Amino acid sequence: MATDRFSLTRRGLTRGGLTRRGLGASSLAALATGLFGRGSQAAPAPDAGPIKLGILHSLSGTMAISETTLKDVMLMLIDGQNKKGGVLGRKLEAVVVDPASNWPLFAEKARQLISQDKVAACFGCWTSVSRKSVLPVFEELNNILFYPVQYEGQECSRNVFYTGAAPNQQAIPAVDYLMGEESVQRWVLAGTDYVYPRTTNQILEAYLKLKGVAPADIMINYTPFGHSDWQNIVSQIKSFGSGGKKTAVVSTINGDANVPFYKELGNQGIKATDIPVVAFSVGEEELAGMDTKPLVGHLAAWNYFMSVDTPENKSFIDDWHGFIKNPKRTTNDPMEAHYVGFNMWVKGVEKAGTTDPDRVIDAMIGISVPNLSGGDSAMMPNHHITKPVLIGEIQDNGQFNIVSQTPGLVVAQEWSPYLAETKDLIGDWRAPLSCGAYNVKTGKCGGGRA
Amino acid sequence: MSALARSLLLLVVIALVAIAPTRSRAQTDPLSSLASTNYDEIRRGVEALAVSGDPRSASIIAALQDGRLFVRPDKALFIKGDSGFVAADTGVSASDVTADALRPVRVNNAVRRAIDSALGSLRLFSPEPATRSIAAEAVFKARDASAVPALDRALAQEKDPAVARVMRQARAAAVLTTLDAREADRIAAIRILRERGDIDARSMLASLSGQPPAVATAAASAIAAIDRNLRLWEFAQDAYYGLSLGSVLLLAAIGLAITFGVMGVINMAHGELVMLGAYTTYVVQETIRGHWPGLFGASLFIAVPLAFLVAGLAGMAIERGLIRFLYGRPLETLLATFGLSLLLQQAVRSIFGASNRQVGTPDWMSGAMQLGGLTLTYNRLTIIVFALVVLFALMAALRYTPLGLRMRAVTQNRRMAAAMGIRTPWIDALTFGLGSGVAGMAGVALSQIDNVSPNLGQGYIIDSFMVVVFGGVGNLWGTALGALTLGVTNKFLEPIAGAVLGKIVVLCLLILFIQRRPRGMFPLKGRAVEA
Repeated sequence: MATDRFSLTRRGLTRGGLTRRGLGASSLAALATGLFGRGSQAAPAPDAGPIKLGILHSLSGTMAISETTLKDVMLMLIDGQNKKGGVLGRKLEAVVVDPASNWPLFAEKARQLISQDKVAACFGCWTSVSRKSVLPVFEELNNILFYPVQYEGQECSRNVFYTGAAPNQQAIPAVDYLMGEESVQRWVLAGTDYVYPRTTNQILEAYLKLKGVAPADIMINYTPFGHSDWQNIVSQIKSFGSGGKKTAVVSTINGDANVPFYKELGNQGIKATDIPVVAFSVGEEELAGMDTKPLVGHLAAWNYFMSVDTPENKSFIDDWHGFIKNPKRTTNDPMEAHYVGFNMWVKGVEKAGTTDPDRVIDAMIGISVPNLSGGDSAMMPNHHITKPVLIGEIQDNGQFNIVSQTPGLVVAQEWSPYLAETKDLIGDWRAPLSCGAYNVKTGKCGGGRA
Repeated sequence: MSALARSLLLLVVIALVAIAPTRSRAQTDPLSSLASTNYDEIRRGVEALAVSGDPRSASIIAALQDGRLFVRPDKALFIKGDSGFVAADTGVSASDVTADALRPVRVNNAVRRAIDSALGSLRLFSPEPATRSIAAEAVFKARDASAVPALDRALAQEKDPAVARVMRQARAAAVLTTLDAREADRIAAIRILRERGDIDARSMLASLSGQPPAVATAAASAIAAIDRNLRLWEFAQDAYYGLSLGSVLLLAAIGLAITFGVMGVINMAHGELVMLGAYTTYVVQETIRGHWPGLFGASLFIAVPLAFLVAGLAGMAIERGLIRFLYGRPLETLLATFGLSLLLQQAVRSIFGASNRQVGTPDWMSGAMQLGGLTLTYNRLTIIVFALVVLFALMAALRYTPLGLRMRAVTQNRRMAAAMGIRTPWIDALTFGLGSGVAGMAGVALSQIDNVSPNLGQGYIIDSFMVVVFGGVGNLWGTALGALTLGVTNKFLEPIAGAVLGKIVVLCLLILFIQRRPRGMFPLKGRAVEA
């Protein structure tokens, strides 16, 4: 079973060996925890001087488009906390590195941040591949990573706090919305060919079949990274949509490829009222580079939109515009995830009274801080946070009109209950279980990740 | 569920059903529904307004569609016009109302569909044939059984045969959803849809269920006929897509055909010159937006020569500053230009920011035209034409201008050309500048179909080299034919093999081809090659 999942994640990796090594490192680390306890490897910073925080986001290369903003928002949050007097009476200091959209470099930079710069925690990564690449480093050197992006789930490491959405906090509610409000019966699952879309679509396919959708009513399509010629695929979607049942597209198409995709939809005259597209990777930042008039009515599912009407969000946007000195800049969901994650870390450190990663990790569970969409997000024992799920329709001004919001906060399912190989797994990092993949049927702990 | 709970639920349902008519009677005014924040309520309001017979309903719904309908906290509705707000219910100008006190009425997809269908039935009697045609099309899509009487009235007075045809199709769609329609009427309706023969008609026929056997058979055979027809069109459509992809490849590669093909310089920064062209378009558009918004439709025509200049000058600077020191050392050129490409990317990222820049599409390039079953998108059509114009202009320049003559002379026999008094280093710079400038013009076209981001060029560099090598180095015809062949092969493979596998298959075929014919499709012959 473990091998199945292993091969699943390997598909998205540039280097298979990395995972294999990581797997070994993780089980070794787990062993070490059990036998000796930890904390000796990552030397806790001396009590004088500033507390260092690592920021591990690409500032060059393909992912710079998304990640640069997250670096800026972290600097803003750290700056804001310092103005409030820092943490534990000490100032915070950001250590910014540039992993340059290069997955192995992420691991190298992470090692540098932890071993040389002696950071207390890191905030970083965007793609799942980069997270998989740094995971062994964080587990080996026992440090903390806050990961702010919605992802495919199927992972639960002791050293990572997942502040983005798991599939059930984004994809499944979006599909539910389409089934209910738009009475969609036929589904196109379109995605970029890598680990996040493949896993998410696997979960969605299982979920749709569970809901009684016939296999003939599901079309799955993968495209390469940065695909720019969508003519055939859009016309395929069009003819798939002529099957006499209401059709929708669930898009896990990654960042850049979305612009030509939506342009082609608009040009071929597919309107949201005919075939709505719900996207999981299109936010305000992506829309800022597009003419949104032909896209009005297409949907996106997130846990935060810039258009959310709460006082917390208003002051966050004001702070952001003041910090970045550009009133046109947008805010988006991963920024909110960093906001929540950072505030949780501050609270966790204050609760633990130290920045020692082990004690902070234990203190984090149960901490709850206000999110920007309304309500308090709490850190659960599975190291994921509770989130509201929002569905928004694209407006012609590049913002989202929120058409649906879950009544309460949704708890993340880190292991999908819709896939046979993970349906019995849970993650619970509280003592005495302290396990990322505990099989409730067999009562065995299978390590921290797939 | 226990029996008790079930009977309770039943009671609730009965109670709701009993209450419903009273509620709708209490809300005789559909306008108050529009003032709601609940989308279902707004949708019901639109539907009620459409059948209310109120002469103002069309303008209210149209305002809602355009986002010009506003509501005041006391639920009074206002329409925003060119000269301030007017009250929605009376049409009287409301000069005392200011925008701060109002909030726009928001709509979702369900409301949008109701709006389309409502406006369709309201505009069936418009004096404009074009409007009537659009209205009939909207009614066709809405398939609303209650629209039949209105369509009958509209058909009775319709003089334009084209509009009347759409109306008959709309009526057929409506009849098929009418519960008590006669079997003969249904079969007649199916025949009309079969004649329409497009994807919407197919979708409508496929959605029929619970029909009498004779009707179901007619529908099935109509679907089969439409499918046969669509398959033929699909073939033509794929060919068009291939042509379009080919023209994009051609544009991206044609500059490289000069710098790599003619001069033999492996320029890895070629893609970045394309990107410079795209950013030039962005700057031109921003300037136009800021100063002369009326000129926006012409922005691309202004951008093309500017992009040529910007990229061309950049290219000449690269040649003078870097490449001329590395002639005859291809590996070092490759590495140096690769480094340069990273440098250019990061420079653009620092100046313009890492996120995508929005380059608008002029109205004349948006949308598509329908040619039988073919959908020809205007932006792609323009790019095909543009690619051909650039190709022929470049050929003419090489063949008929003095500069072209010197360029050919220098590439064919450098020492002889120098002996004839041609300043070969200067010609080298100009040739490289020409190739780079053409890359810049390609950037203008690509800004219309792809992201304008610092990474724009990376996506095209491999494809460009592939095209030039495949076509035969040093041959513009070869480049053109190579681009089109690759484009068409790719697009015919894609529906069968999928986008990812399709690309792999094309690459494998290409490798096999190069194995057989290392010099590409149209190798240059003669002594020049051997030199």
